[in-house]
Amino acid sequence: MTGTQPLLKVEDLRVSYRVNGETTEAVHGASFEVHAGEVVAIVGESGSGKTTTAHAIINLLPANASTDAGSVVFAGADLAKLTRKEWQGVRGKEIGLIPQDPTAALDPLQRVGVQVAEALTIHRLEPRKVARQSAVRLLAESGIPDPETRARQFPHQFSGGMRQRVLIATALAASPRLVIADEPTSALDVTVQRQILDNISALTAERGTAVLLITHDLGVAADRADRIIVMRSGDIVEHGPVANVLGNPQHAYTRQLIAAAPGLNPRRLRPAVAGGVSTDVPGALSDPAGLPRAAAAAAEPLVVATDLLKLFHLPRTAKGPKTLTAVNNVSLQIGRRETLALVGESGSGKSTVARLLLRLDRPTSGSVHFDGVDLAAARGEQLRQLRRRFQVVFQSPYASLDPRFSVADSVGEPLRAFGEGTTADRRARVASLLEAVHLPATYGARQPVELSGGQRQRVAIARALALRPDLVVLDEAVSALDVSVQAQILALLAELQAKDGLSYLFISHDLAVVQQISDRVAVMRGGELLEEGPAGVVLERPAHEYTRELIAAVPGRGRQG
Amino acid sequence: MIRFIGRRLLQGAFVLWAAYTVSFFILYLLPGDAVSIMASGDEQNAVDPALVARLRSEYGLDRPLPEQYLIALVKALQLDFGISIKNGVSATAAVAEVLPETIKLAAAGFALAVILGSALAIGAAFSRNRWLRQAFAALPPLGIAVPTFWIGLLLLQFFSFRFRLFPAIGNDGVASLVLPALTLAIPTAAVIAQLLSRSLHRTLGEPYIEQIRAKGASDALIHFGHALRNAAIPTLTMLGILVGNLLAGAVVSETVFSRAGIGRLTVTAVNSRDIPVVQTLVVLAAAIFVLTSLLVDLIYPLVDPRINTARRVSV
Repeated sequence: MTGTQPLLKVEDLRVSYRVNGETTEAVHGASFEVHAGEVVAIVGESGSGKTTTAHAIINLLPANASTDAGSVVFAGADLAKLTRKEWQGVRGKEIGLIPQDPTAALDPLQRVGVQVAEALTIHRLEPRKVARQSAVRLLAESGIPDPETRARQFPHQFSGGMRQRVLIATALAASPRLVIADEPTSALDVTVQRQILDNISALTAERGTAVLLITHDLGVAADRADRIIVMRSGDIVEHGPVANVLGNPQHAYTRQLIAAAPGLNPRRLRPAVAGGVSTDVPGALSDPAGLPRAAAAAAEPLVVATDLLKLFHLPRTAKGPKTLTAVNNVSLQIGRRETLALVGESGSGKSTVARLLLRLDRPTSGSVHFDGVDLAAARGEQLRQLRRRFQVVFQSPYASLDPRFSVADSVGEPLRAFGEGTTADRRARVASLLEAVHLPATYGARQPVELSGGQRQRVAIARALALRPDLVVLDEAVSALDVSVQAQILALLAELQAKDGLSYLFISHDLAVVQQISDRVAVMRGGELLEEGPAGVVLERPAHEYTRELIAAVPGRGRQG
Repeated sequence: MIRFIGRRLLQGAFVLWAAYTVSFFILYLLPGDAVSIMASGDEQNAVDPALVARLRSEYGLDRPLPEQYLIALVKALQLDFGISIKNGVSATAAVAEVLPETIKLAAAGFALAVILGSALAIGAAFSRNRWLRQAFAALPPLGIAVPTFWIGLLLLQFFSFRFRLFPAIGNDGVASLVLPALTLAIPTAAVIAQLLSRSLHRTLGEPYIEQIRAKGASDALIHFGHALRNAAIPTLTMLGILVGNLLAGAVVSETVFSRAGIGRLTVTAVNSRDIPVVQTLVVLAAAIFVLTSLLVDLIYPLVDPRINTARRVSV
């Protein structure tokens, strides 16, 4: 389509889901347009209907969903009138899809080259032999090194980022006029995320392909899109060019999203209420050289890890036994009332370090001292008593709560395990813990399934605090949450730290979040500690090239003055 | 790879030894040995006790148990399981004589089971008509629930007695194979259909299937080009157990249709306490299990590139 007529015109689209006989509308009359060659981002949190909208456009809704009203007009043709057969000619050829989770989106039993070529052979654009050649070229364009060899390999031989490149090659193979990218990078590390988004931008710009980018990350949308559509609970609440939406947001929800997006707000969070030492330190980032708190903490650290080495034995190969060095020569200290952020991508060894500090695992060599006690030497009851002083909150609030325990059971379990007080004491303590994490007292009787992700994470935090620990390890504790929920949990963590004098080990791959919570930052890659220092120094004047790469990869960075 | 096969064969040899030993001692514990059973065969003519004693010493039954066991084991290693008490030929020969009949039956039954089972599972996944799909889905549990002998009797009633299409008994030609093979196939087909359709259902919900659909693939390509192969993997795992099912089914099928074969030989050997034959059959069944599971392990990497059998085993 040329001229002013849009490539895609969605009008009053309504989609509903039928669950257990009840019908719920998930998209309430969405209307928008995408013009040829344009990048439009739909931004929203989970449950906003953004993915449902995308799937309705390409007619790939799950079986229990139905499009009830509205029209989708693509290149002048009403897509609702297409037959099953005609749809097959549209999908892949006219509209491509780049999926959410690249690790699960390739057939595990077929060679990668064949799967890319399939996008051409299905539409009889090229004979099989030629298509195989084209697949190699497409893989090369998507940034896959040695494409000849890689095309003959199977998906399990590719990393997550490489698989997403394969899927980009597949989606663009038949040169569709529109590509729907459904959270194309949410499952990937930040530096990989940037490369993948760069790749999508470059390839689509070159071909003049329009992109409908679905994302939960306002930073990503700000970096990549021409126009932004903000969705909440099935409604489009704001719609306009990027500069307008970000610079002059009309809707309260958009303002809230912008405020919550960590990439757009690099400031250390401080609790609003004066109550701890931390509040008298103004923004840590502005004063990187002399942090009084960090200096005081260094005098008498809570945790001292020295020369940690952790080897894992891998299955034997033809070349003999192999070991993996998960952690190599890492020394760390965590001061009292301090947050140390441990930053790195998947496989960097950060979670292994956490397991060593929590003594869930023992180092191959090196030592961990907790408040002066050697953890490796501690045994039996002594170790059990030490354990109450360090607690952990895990990434997935869905997997870390026993689904058959009520909220009060989960929060009270550590108290029961250590025989703390009477039943009445414990009940009172659980109630005060729920209050501390800002959950209504009535939630104690609820089951985990009745809670949202953010509420579950609050329960997990309350449980970690039950025994009044000195150290809480937060292992990607906010990574699975929506941005606005993430912001609330981070604020809660900062508040609790000031009130109870906690130390945090905050493990994250997301530098934007790290900026908001940490006093000191340690960067890991490939099991080694690359650099460590006050947050302001590491994040503003990084010494290591890799840290600079990580910082540059934070979405939304380009938008700050 | 050669190391892997060698290792698995060693493990298999252990299984065979264990099967032989366990069956030896269990049969020893049963009251009455082979000679006393032979002697008690005919109550009219009481057997001379001296003859019984002579026979006992001839068969080595008067020696201490460990010695008996060792002698028997050494002979078993040479595939000599003793003389069949019932008809005086060697037990190995008695089994070998009817083995081809059962192999024919089992092969036909297995082929039928795979074809029927897959057809049901694919039909259930492929049909867009809700009623048809439910009908396809309801058949497998029915096939599992109904006893094998009853299926055999029904088939006899209709196809042999009423329509006279196939012979009711015997081992003569392909026609006599049809009904027993069908009887044998139905329960196994039901298991395959259930496993495969559950697995297909799960596979069709995988994100990569949606991705293939987003490429514009037709339902046929999605089902036959991608989903079926992925869904077949869990079913392949069950192959060893299904072959065991077939052996058990052969006992019933051969009995109902009065066919000569391993199944019927098992029944008569057990009834007449023909210990050498029973032991041969136990070891044979164990050998079939060992070979089937080795075969499954060797097929795996051909179907699923993520599995490297040699490496997986050397862990």
